[in-house]
Amino acid sequence: MSTTVLYEAAGPKARLRQRIYTAVSVVALLAIVVWFFWRLNESNQLSYDKWEAFVTPDYLRVILVDGLLRTLQMAFFAIIFAVLFGVFFGIGKLSDHAWVRWPSWLVVELFRAIPVLLLMVFTWYTLGIKAENSAFWAVIIALTLYNGAVLAEVLRAGILAVPNGQREAGYAIGMRKTQVMSIVLLPQAVKIMIPAIISQCVVALKDTALGIYVVAPGLTYVVKQVYLEFHNRVPAILVVGALYVLVNLLLTALASWLQKRYVREKKPLDTPPLGDVQRR
Amino acid sequence: MDAVLDNLDLYFKAFGYTVALFLVSGVTSMILGTLLAAFRVGPVPVLRWATSVYVTLVRNTPLVIVFAAFSFMAPMLWGPLNFRWLSVHIGGFDFTAFFAAAVVSLSLYTSSFVCEALRSGVNAVSVGQAEAARAIGLPFSGVMSQVVLPQAFRASVPPLASVQIALIKNTSVAAVFGVAEATSQMRSITNDFSSQRTEIFIAFAIGYVVIVEVFSFFAARLESHWRVAR
Amino acid sequence: MRFIRSKGAVAAFGLALSLSTLAGCGDAGSDDEGRDVKADTDAAESLPDGSRMKEIADAGKIKVGVKFDQPGLGFKTATDDIPTGFDVEVAKILVSKLGLDPSDPSQVQWEETVSDNREPFLQNGKVDLVLASYSITDDRQKVVGQTGPYMITGQQLLVKSDADVESIDDLKGKEICSVTGSTSIDRINEQGAKGVGFDSYSECVQKVLDGTVEAMSTDGAILMGYAAENEGELKVVGDEFSEENIGVGYSKKEPEMCQWINDTLTEAFDDGSWAEAFEVTLGKSGSETPDPPELNDCPSS
Repeated sequence: MSTTVLYEAAGPKARLRQRIYTAVSVVALLAIVVWFFWRLNESNQLSYDKWEAFVTPDYLRVILVDGLLRTLQMAFFAIIFAVLFGVFFGIGKLSDHAWVRWPSWLVVELFRAIPVLLLMVFTWYTLGIKAENSAFWAVIIALTLYNGAVLAEVLRAGILAVPNGQREAGYAIGMRKTQVMSIVLLPQAVKIMIPAIISQCVVALKDTALGIYVVAPGLTYVVKQVYLEFHNRVPAILVVGALYVLVNLLLTALASWLQKRYVREKKPLDTPPLGDVQRR
Repeated sequence: MDAVLDNLDLYFKAFGYTVALFLVSGVTSMILGTLLAAFRVGPVPVLRWATSVYVTLVRNTPLVIVFAAFSFMAPMLWGPLNFRWLSVHIGGFDFTAFFAAAVVSLSLYTSSFVCEALRSGVNAVSVGQAEAARAIGLPFSGVMSQVVLPQAFRASVPPLASVQIALIKNTSVAAVFGVAEATSQMRSITNDFSSQRTEIFIAFAIGYVVIVEVFSFFAARLESHWRVAR
Repeated sequence: MRFIRSKGAVAAFGLALSLSTLAGCGDAGSDDEGRDVKADTDAAESLPDGSRMKEIADAGKIKVGVKFDQPGLGFKTATDDIPTGFDVEVAKILVSKLGLDPSDPSQVQWEETVSDNREPFLQNGKVDLVLASYSITDDRQKVVGQTGPYMITGQQLLVKSDADVESIDDLKGKEICSVTGSTSIDRINEQGAKGVGFDSYSECVQKVLDGTVEAMSTDGAILMGYAAENEGELKVVGDEFSEENIGVGYSKKEPEMCQWINDTLTEAFDDGSWAEAFEVTLGKSGSETPDPPELNDCPSS
């Protein structure tokens, strides 16, 4: 339903009213923005020395290379592993054998219900803190388990979304179960999954920020060093937030481009929420 | 299991905070999200645009950063935003500044997802319903509150349930910002009894799974109940 | 997905390059290097053969665990290779006696340790020494070696300069910030106040500055570092309501380290380098250099 059916094309009275609403909301929004910058200025957060670190080449390099790049690496590894995890358990959930199906179901349900941060803390302790880069890998493993579980559900929905005739045709020409899965169903399901994988990339990327709780490297860690040195916590928060938003928007743009280019299906995948709320 | 069994009071208290965070932020985010959704589909272009910017920004910002903004940036901008004035004590629970900052962050973050879920719900309401409502002379507020939103809410129960389940899990981020909820309690018990960390983790994971499943159960009940009524 | 990553990398580098040429005006950063400690090769010569110290001296490489996020004790900025602070200065004195140059990162590798990982780091040999505001306790001595102390401190309060808080008795029933899972929080609760926490102290400092909590509490030495950093805004008050002996951690497998650490510390106490280390770090807040503490005896084994 398009939004325009919600209200009439405005008559003279309504147009006046709308103009008043518009004026009031413009004033209110402007007031918020102005107030924000006024307070920033009043509390001395706009002074050059608070922002200087973010325009100094040495620090910029550290923020982008030791910070942003490490963060992207963590998200990248997490997504690669999550896709593998998702394929494995997504197919597991569709298995004909109960002893494969039930454990897969349990693993997927469990990791979707546990907070990523709890997983991260536990993995961090379990890696024994002795492993090199333990915090880095703790973030990756925790994100893999969570996003993998989500992707397993997406993949299952993707496989089920492939028309039944395809599977039957596969069997009809004498393919085995594994052949039908790997040659007929999976390639189509993965194609349908691409947008979901990318939106999961955004989720994974956002969750890398949780690494701050386990002293993991990345953007939040580096910027913490910066604000501890320069006492510019407010600018630091704004800069990190802006960087994350920027990268996520780029990813989202890529997702919609990919969707237009490679995937014609408009229909989003229908994955049941946790606890299977959607009993149709 | 001793580490948890000997500290059962801490365990339940920690989950008490988790549930309290979820309930307060859940209700607040629903109210805020509904308001945002109304702006988002409403007739005032400026509000449509502003809400869309807000939702895009918040959805693409890590929750940790939102928390940081309300725990560390807001009080620098304006003193009263440190929530020092809040001090509610119920039973053994203290709801103070840290709790308040967590609720504000979680509510604002979740409200943007609620807004999107509701918008998809509004889109699922059939055109005839809104046209009929307009035909009997209802203004936009009436169309929304009497006809469209009640149906949109029903259509969006499953996505809204997902959003709220995400909120249950997201309350764990409050651990980073000084609320003694379950995840922070797990870390501190693990520090004291490091040899039992697997048992401790399982105990706390079960706590979260139970909360999620109980909530899902009621959400499923609600959905089937409303589906019949429709 | 490869594509995304390489694109991200290229974008990041491109952005870094363009920004650094554009914004050549920025010149942030300080040159706070601490004391200049030279390698003492004579001392290294006289180390007993077959000892761990000799091994390190011969290998020309040591790993030291310090804190990276505690100004005044152990703090590393984003762009520096070498951390600064009192813990670090004492560590420099120790490693110099092994004939190593503290300012050369290829000889002395500084590892970040946090409260959760100091013992595992020592047990697994990931670091050779820990100087990370590491209190000597019986519990810890069961799993790692500790000696010193090179500083005695106690839990105190950090409040705003204009606050009229004299001691923890003024804050009964109120929230006091500290680090979660630390002994500091237990002590706060024992004193009748309510401990709330973050996972590092710098967050607590911010919460005191913006008035969310009236005070934070932990070892006086740590608080002094923050008071020095925020001169005129924060002050340390109250009697010490606990005693913490800050010592050096080493691996239990290398008990010969203990006597060497004690000897080196005694020497540093006597020749004034210990006092100098204090003055250029914690002493900057105006707190007087205390008398050197008395060292514990090494376990005879």
